[in-house]
Amino acid sequence: LIQGLVAQSSCLALVLIFILIFNFLCPSFEGPAGKAELTREQGLQYYRTMQTIRRMELRADQLYKQKIIRGFCHLYDGQEACAVGIESAINPSDHLITAYRSHGYTYTRGVSVKEILAELTGRKGGVAKGKGGSMHMYAPHFYGGNGIVGAQIPLGAGIALACQYQGNNQVCVTLYGDGAANQGQLFESFNMAALWKLPCIFICENNRYGMGTSVERASASTDYYMRGDFIPGIRVDGMDVLCVREATKFAADHCRAGKGPIVMELQTYRYHGHSMSDPGVSYRTREEIQEVRSKSDPISLLKERMLSSNMASAEEFKVIDVEIRKEVEEAAQFATSDPEPPLEELCNHIFYNEAPIEVRGTNPWSKLKSVS
Amino acid sequence: MAALRCFLRSGKGAVSVLLRRELHATAPASAQVMVRDALNQAMDEELERDERVFLLGEEVAQYDGAYKVSRGLWKKYGDKRIIDTPITEVMCDSVLAPPPQAGLRPICEFMTFNFSMQAIDQVINSAAKTYYMSAGLQPVPIVFRGPNGASAGVAAQHSQCFAAWYGHCPGLKVISPWSAEDCKGLLKSAIRDDNPVVFLENELMYGVPFEMSEEAQSKDFTIPIGKAKIERPGSHITLVSHSRFVGHCLDAAAVLAKEGIECEVINLRTIRPLDVECIEGSVMKTNHLVTVEGGWPQFGVGAEICARIMEGPAFNYLDAPAVRVTGVDIPMPYAKILEDNSIPQIKDIIFSVKKTLNV
Repeated sequence: LIQGLVAQSSCLALVLIFILIFNFLCPSFEGPAGKAELTREQGLQYYRTMQTIRRMELRADQLYKQKIIRGFCHLYDGQEACAVGIESAINPSDHLITAYRSHGYTYTRGVSVKEILAELTGRKGGVAKGKGGSMHMYAPHFYGGNGIVGAQIPLGAGIALACQYQGNNQVCVTLYGDGAANQGQLFESFNMAALWKLPCIFICENNRYGMGTSVERASASTDYYMRGDFIPGIRVDGMDVLCVREATKFAADHCRAGKGPIVMELQTYRYHGHSMSDPGVSYRTREEIQEVRSKSDPISLLKERMLSSNMASAEEFKVIDVEIRKEVEEAAQFATSDPEPPLEELCNHIFYNEAPIEVRGTNPWSKLKSVS
Repeated sequence: MAALRCFLRSGKGAVSVLLRRELHATAPASAQVMVRDALNQAMDEELERDERVFLLGEEVAQYDGAYKVSRGLWKKYGDKRIIDTPITEVMCDSVLAPPPQAGLRPICEFMTFNFSMQAIDQVINSAAKTYYMSAGLQPVPIVFRGPNGASAGVAAQHSQCFAAWYGHCPGLKVISPWSAEDCKGLLKSAIRDDNPVVFLENELMYGVPFEMSEEAQSKDFTIPIGKAKIERPGSHITLVSHSRFVGHCLDAAAVLAKEGIECEVINLRTIRPLDVECIEGSVMKTNHLVTVEGGWPQFGVGAEICARIMEGPAFNYLDAPAVRVTGVDIPMPYAKILEDNSIPQIKDIIFSVKKTLNV
């Protein structure tokens, strides 16, 4: 829920954000302030980033239907405010890890649309040289892209441990979904992070459905921000990029101050089904999807807010849209024309920092080479 | 669409199987049944036969199954018998381990066996070993089933073959079927078996149709666990395989037959217990052996077969070293050209046969 206040000046908007705070065991816990400042530059930048993610995901949808992208493809459209809000609140030197719905984060963490689409199409210009695919894209301080539900959570706690060990004042944002929120390894991570006061921000992107199972059918408690029990938690409107930003800022400050981990629940929504092989309408109604699209779309929300406070004009947004369309189209062109990786790449990257080794091929006479 | 792709990919194999079947068996009321439907029939029949049987897993009920194997079962049997779980593999296993000891006969579906690694402790330590540790007090009649091995374009974390991992453990029975008949008969046997059974299906096979005889379509049709099947008799060389690669072996055999090389193709059907007698009998006839599998070479199914042949009477009948055709010893890459070159192709089988026969 947001209550927007029209700003006095055309450069800033003061926005009241409603953030539910869980301070069950921490009566002295004070949550983030209910106000945020948005400058014109920030607004345009958030808009641009969210729109780029949106257009990139929709282009990936088309490429998948044309069978140019294969295998698994889990699209992020609808959830853009989460990735953009989080990134705007942390530093590039902070760390982030997420699960398989990762294209948005791959972009916000610094990988170009071109390299993302080329990875999806399995070409050598992809960020993982075509060897990883949709779920396995990486960047400095971005640890993927992980295929096994929940497995990224203990990894995130581990990265936070490394931050603490090195005393570098960095934090690790560890993302998971409502489906993964019932995994045992999440609770192991909670315990360890709290016990050792790790600078870990656990963020649950609750998009209401774990594949085809609604949260009510999967979780005894759907208050995901409270599931950390002894860890303070914040529930946030994940469709509002400012809510996400402010909550993440607060969470990052909390961790950097040595107070230990914190949990955030972002209430968000995915327009696509779980993956491209899920039409997404057998377990939810088209009306529900349409309602979210018309009332809570994160990009529209930001655009309306900026338009109504005269922070930007409709023409400016159109110009940005055109630029993004061009960028995404060029990236798609590259992704469809770049060659596949050469066969010499097949066995490389088994080990790091090792002399080349011989790898057995499909039969004993096939001896392949692996270079670090 | 996926079914069509699967069929086109191994359609040749299915068609040649069809032709062979028509030569060998003239069952009047045989039908084309897809692997997916054969599995569905098996579960349906066993659910009907024994009310202690129930199915539990992610998306098995209202979603009709992630790969539609359990389609229609929830509508027919309801919430009590077909249960959707949260995404908690360990709990699926832990929840299911006591029920066998308490008189129930669960079927636990893993969306793929890659996810079973989350719960593999329970499969081995709570299911496989319990009857032994309790000296016979606590049997564990449970079936773990789901797709195993490489699919298409699902990359490293979703493409591993677990036949060798589970086949390694005493206390487990491990089945790896190929055809629709295999799937139906063996799944029924697995459900009726009083021991923990790991049932390794293959996603790329789900949409492939096979001819099923009238006998195979009956409600009491079972195939004994632990018995391999000779899919194609031959005299020059023995090809042993399991799951999807049985089809590849049959395709390779068809090509080689044109050059006068007659391959005997054995469909293992069961990984553990391994039907060594069948393989030995064949090797003693053909004097040459090539094993074919999708999994990695080191410590794999082929490695075990070769070791057993060495240790048994068939060794003296070998005219050439036994050879394994396997997946490449790397994590599965995503790009199509790399993926295609990571698993055995028909040409690899043909090449290995010719090298072994020195032709």
